[in-house]
Amino acid sequence: MIRIKCPYCGERDHSEFTYGGDASIKYPALDAPESEWTKAIFFRENIRGMQKETWHHTNGCRLWLEVERSTITHEIKSVKACHPQIENITKNKS
Amino acid sequence: MTRFNAWNVFKNGFTGQKSWDRQWRDPEPKKEYDIIIVGGGLHGLATAYYLAKNHNKKNIAVLEKGWIGGGNAGRNTTIVRSNYMMPGNHEFYEHSLKLWENLSHDLNYNVMFSQRAHVSLFHSPGARDGAARRYNIMRLHGTDAELWDLGTLKKNIPHLNYEDARFPIMGAAVQRRAGNARHDSAVWGYARAADSLGVDILQNCEVTGVKRSQNNIESLDTSRGTIKAKKVGFAVAGHTSVLWQMAGLGNLPIESHKLQAFVTESIKPLLDHVVVYGVGGAHFYISQSDKGSMVFGGDLDWYKSYAQRGNLPIVQDSAEAAMAIMPCLGRIRLLRHWAGVMDMSMDGSFFICKTPLSNLYLNAGWNYGGFKASPASGWYFADLIANEQPHKHVQNHNLERFEKGINIDERGAGPDPKLHG
Repeated sequence: MIRIKCPYCGERDHSEFTYGGDASIKYPALDAPESEWTKAIFFRENIRGMQKETWHHTNGCRLWLEVERSTITHEIKSVKACHPQIENITKNKS
Repeated sequence: MTRFNAWNVFKNGFTGQKSWDRQWRDPEPKKEYDIIIVGGGLHGLATAYYLAKNHNKKNIAVLEKGWIGGGNAGRNTTIVRSNYMMPGNHEFYEHSLKLWENLSHDLNYNVMFSQRAHVSLFHSPGARDGAARRYNIMRLHGTDAELWDLGTLKKNIPHLNYEDARFPIMGAAVQRRAGNARHDSAVWGYARAADSLGVDILQNCEVTGVKRSQNNIESLDTSRGTIKAKKVGFAVAGHTSVLWQMAGLGNLPIESHKLQAFVTESIKPLLDHVVVYGVGGAHFYISQSDKGSMVFGGDLDWYKSYAQRGNLPIVQDSAEAAMAIMPCLGRIRLLRHWAGVMDMSMDGSFFICKTPLSNLYLNAGWNYGGFKASPASGWYFADLIANEQPHKHVQNHNLERFEKGINIDERGAGPDPKLHG
């Protein structure tokens, strides 16, 4: 079991969360060429090592989190809320 | 190499079975090969075998970072079937099943292929209609397929939970020619057969770097020295992205996920078929090995990972799924569970294709389905490497299909690799 320290709820089992995917993806402008959209939607770096990824606290506060996690050891380096405004709220809470 | 036949088994009986040859040689790497296949799993070895056998190619090497049979060839649930519907997939997997049917004779190695039928349960009228559509499409393509009503199912498999299952069983879609094979035998058989045709199998030979010019690969740095190659094929599912980036080629439509499988203590014959179901968030497949163990598996671990070990919530999920459908397993003890790293592709289908480099070929993206696919995978990948153009059955299994909008999405799950179970 991976334990994820949700900034709002505290440390919880990963089974409370839903895995999102690669957090480093930036979507291009709506009128960008199709090749750029293809890259953003279908192509992944698929890092073997520390990667930024999203997790949704589905059975908790329902925040989307950005987690830095090793894909080899599953060790977690950092967790923060994906959306900056919410990140500020969670900071104020603590 | 001594062939396996009744006479040789008898003859070796007089010498305590000690005068058999090695199953495959352990050669030193040469400086250069015409064709190097990276990855000594089922797919890589099958490719080397068919390159030598079908295309009469010589001077081939297979590079394996560990030992033969130590990767996903030893980390699967050994199910072989061809109940696919999409154009391309259907013909491919049917060809694979046909190769399995004659594989023991072809390789002179008993792969213990057992066509015990693949029984896919359905639990609602909607699921039944979906299965009927898929299995009718199979029949129109000449693949055997049938629907069993509840009476037939009960007669064939009496131990399922027909009493109080949360999702009552209504019947099953069945492919009788499908079944199981022995995973070790298949990979050893391909290794032995490829070796006997002159293929060098280099174990403990990990690729650590790729030397390339503008548009082709010149040589591979390995843990056993630098080896030049005229053509290179990647068949390293699980770690394709790592190798791809070593070659400086950027991103792939692949994520690496791990899938667990489980094996119990041996019991007397209980289950004669492969039984599968997926309903209400559960996903489960089970069969009984020839040794008597129940072999089963379920979903992915749900997050990206290169670790070859599984997590505990999935152990619980799979145990619950087992109990839901076969409560008689309640007191059986689990002996082992393991996880294999697999390429989950963006549409759940594989890649056998050319690449941006002129002498590099890609075999990857096998999702849940690599074991059954391995004979045809080797067959068509060898064909691609030898003839420089894809066979029509795999012509759309390339990296460009996403941009063209011709994804081969058997489940219709969209571009989220973990959902293509």
